[in-house]
Amino acid sequence: MISVYHYLVLSAILFSLGVIGVLTRRNAIVLFMCVELMLNAVNLSFIALSSHLGNMDGQVFVFFIMTVAAAEAAVGLALMIAFYRNRESIDVEDFSLLKW
Amino acid sequence: MYDKLWLIPLFPFLGFLINGLLGRKIKNEKVIGAIGTLAIFASFLLSCRYFLQLLADEVKVHEVVVASWMSVGSLQVDWGFLFDPLSALMMLNVTGLATLIHLYSIGYMHGEDGYPRYFSYLNLFTFAMLMLVMGNNALVLFVGWEGVGLCSYLLIGYYYEKKSASDAGKKAFVVNRIGDFGFLLGLFLLFWSLGSKGVWTIRFTEIAANAHLLEQGGLVVTLVTLCFFLGATGKSAQIPLYTWLPDAMEGPTPVSALIHAATMVTAGVYMIGRMNGLYALAPETMLVVAIVGGATALFAATIGLAQNDIKRVLAYSTVSQLGYMFLAMGVGAFTAGIFHLLTHAFFKACLFLGSGSVIHAMHHAYHHAHLHDDPQDMRNMGGLRKKMPITFVTFLLSTLAIAGIPFFSGFFSKDEILWWAFASTRGHWGLWLMGAIAAGLTAFYMFRLVFMTFFGEQKTDVRAKDHIPESPLVITLPLMILALLATFGGLIGIPHVLGNLLGHLPNKIEAFLSPVFGHTQHLHHLHAHGSASAEFGLMGLSVGIALCGILLAWFLYCRRPELPGRIAGAFAGLHRAIYNKWYVDELYDLLFVNPTKNLGTRLWTFFDVRIVDGLVNGVAWLVRGAGRVLRHTQTGYTHSYAMAMVMGLVAIIAVCVFH
Repeated sequence: MISVYHYLVLSAILFSLGVIGVLTRRNAIVLFMCVELMLNAVNLSFIALSSHLGNMDGQVFVFFIMTVAAAEAAVGLALMIAFYRNRESIDVEDFSLLKW
Repeated sequence: MYDKLWLIPLFPFLGFLINGLLGRKIKNEKVIGAIGTLAIFASFLLSCRYFLQLLADEVKVHEVVVASWMSVGSLQVDWGFLFDPLSALMMLNVTGLATLIHLYSIGYMHGEDGYPRYFSYLNLFTFAMLMLVMGNNALVLFVGWEGVGLCSYLLIGYYYEKKSASDAGKKAFVVNRIGDFGFLLGLFLLFWSLGSKGVWTIRFTEIAANAHLLEQGGLVVTLVTLCFFLGATGKSAQIPLYTWLPDAMEGPTPVSALIHAATMVTAGVYMIGRMNGLYALAPETMLVVAIVGGATALFAATIGLAQNDIKRVLAYSTVSQLGYMFLAMGVGAFTAGIFHLLTHAFFKACLFLGSGSVIHAMHHAYHHAHLHDDPQDMRNMGGLRKKMPITFVTFLLSTLAIAGIPFFSGFFSKDEILWWAFASTRGHWGLWLMGAIAAGLTAFYMFRLVFMTFFGEQKTDVRAKDHIPESPLVITLPLMILALLATFGGLIGIPHVLGNLLGHLPNKIEAFLSPVFGHTQHLHHLHAHGSASAEFGLMGLSVGIALCGILLAWFLYCRRPELPGRIAGAFAGLHRAIYNKWYVDELYDLLFVNPTKNLGTRLWTFFDVRIVDGLVNGVAWLVRGAGRVLRHTQTGYTHSYAMAMVMGLVAIIAVCVFH
């Protein structure tokens, strides 16, 4: 029997993978995908708990998050195109001007 | 009756405003001089009117409150005037002399830069001096006291492009501040000690009426009067604060006549006269006043013996004569002190204006001959009596008055003081001796001045000697009026012994001032007692001493003019010490001025630079250092920021879970 705990553990694993990806990868698109992975890990826990508690609020939240994530993807990809036009690269190591 | 008294100080103040604000636009010297002089003359006429009214009045003490100044707790201060015989005399003295000296200045200052500035300052001075003598409480007096000090500073430094003049102005101001500090302390102490007896007041009439609440000869009243006397030594140039007055001669000569001879420097004497009830309660203070006065009279007279600058001789003479006035105040001869104040104002103003006339002529001659000799050095003069007859005669009459030759004004006032110094209940023969020796020295150095300037052969440079003119009427007229006053002014105070001898002539000034001083003198048994023959004997003795001084001066400077140089050579050390004013200025520099300067330098280089600046710079250094270390956390790499966020999140969750 798959209980809510399994879903939550899966969600935690996915979130951690996303975090590790953000911290270690240098390609901005991969970074972006990792952030999406973290968002979806959270969505998963929302839905699991919503169904477990019989409350629809969590599922409504997920719709919001997916909408915002779509918008974010559009803005993020546009940013990356702008970056690439400036630097001929989307490696985040190359975007380190804002420092001492 | 007396409700328009406030007009008297108002006129000079208006003159100050007009000349001060519009003088540069007016430009015409005649108009500026006329405004300045007429403003004072109007005050003089009003003072005369009120003086005559007071003479006829039964009640002699009047208080007129114009407006309330401030009311704080139990302290009520008014802009009020006290009109009694003492202030009436002082008002006549101030406005009368100021009128003559303004008139003289029109001629003397002709063609100077800053002509309107000069007249506006002089008018402001007269205003402040009138506030000083007319105020009905100690704070209004203090306003005038500070005001005259300010004008003195401004006028000493009138030729401010000259370093010595601006230095002299600063010196006068700083030395006076020491005295003013004493004055204020005395005022605070008096206010609180009378207040603790239930009388919160600074009005002179109330202070006099309640002075008996303070313990006779007690510590409080002695301290109060000593503090006030410190103020007087500053303003009136007594030991130890006299050093500013000789330097004040850097100002224009009419200023020296008005401020540094006739009016401002007598403010200390007036103040003691105004507080006579307090001083009579403190015999120790009165002894100090008398000794300081006598010592100053003697000390300044010795310095006057060897000076060659005509104005410096007169400056030391002024210090010496002020010493006489304090001697009088100290032995309880308040009337004689005020009397000498008046006669001294006449003859010393005349002497200063006469010396100004001489300097003016010498300056003119040197200017004509394109020479740059010192027009104030008496060694360049001699034989001027034929060139400047009016100046000579008026100068001689005033010199006879200051020397104390019988029936000139100085004779009456000086002998009255010497008699009181000897025979008063608070007198002593030692005080008399100091005064008598000083009188002899005065006669000597004043006639030395006359002989060096007006007699003998002319020592002026040949190119300039034929261009020495007599001064114009605008200068000689004040001289003639003052010489008349210096000659006959003493007749208002003929001593009783002489009056009885000559057929019951009254001592008018004593009777006139008795509403101010009579009560105190009666209450504290301040009388001069002795036989008429003793008084005549002392009178003859002091006249004899004065005559000896004159004869000696005649012998040394007319008969055998080569002798003074030989005497000075024989006593070279003594002569050098006297010529250099006993090195008092150097001593003060060594004891007070340089240590203060050093302290200032130390505080600047150590405390200000190291500690204050160090604190400010240290804070900046600390912030910069912290920034230098911490800025390395701002790598600019997205990873490190993300790492920081994750670590922070982990920390927050750890706290929430394990707390």
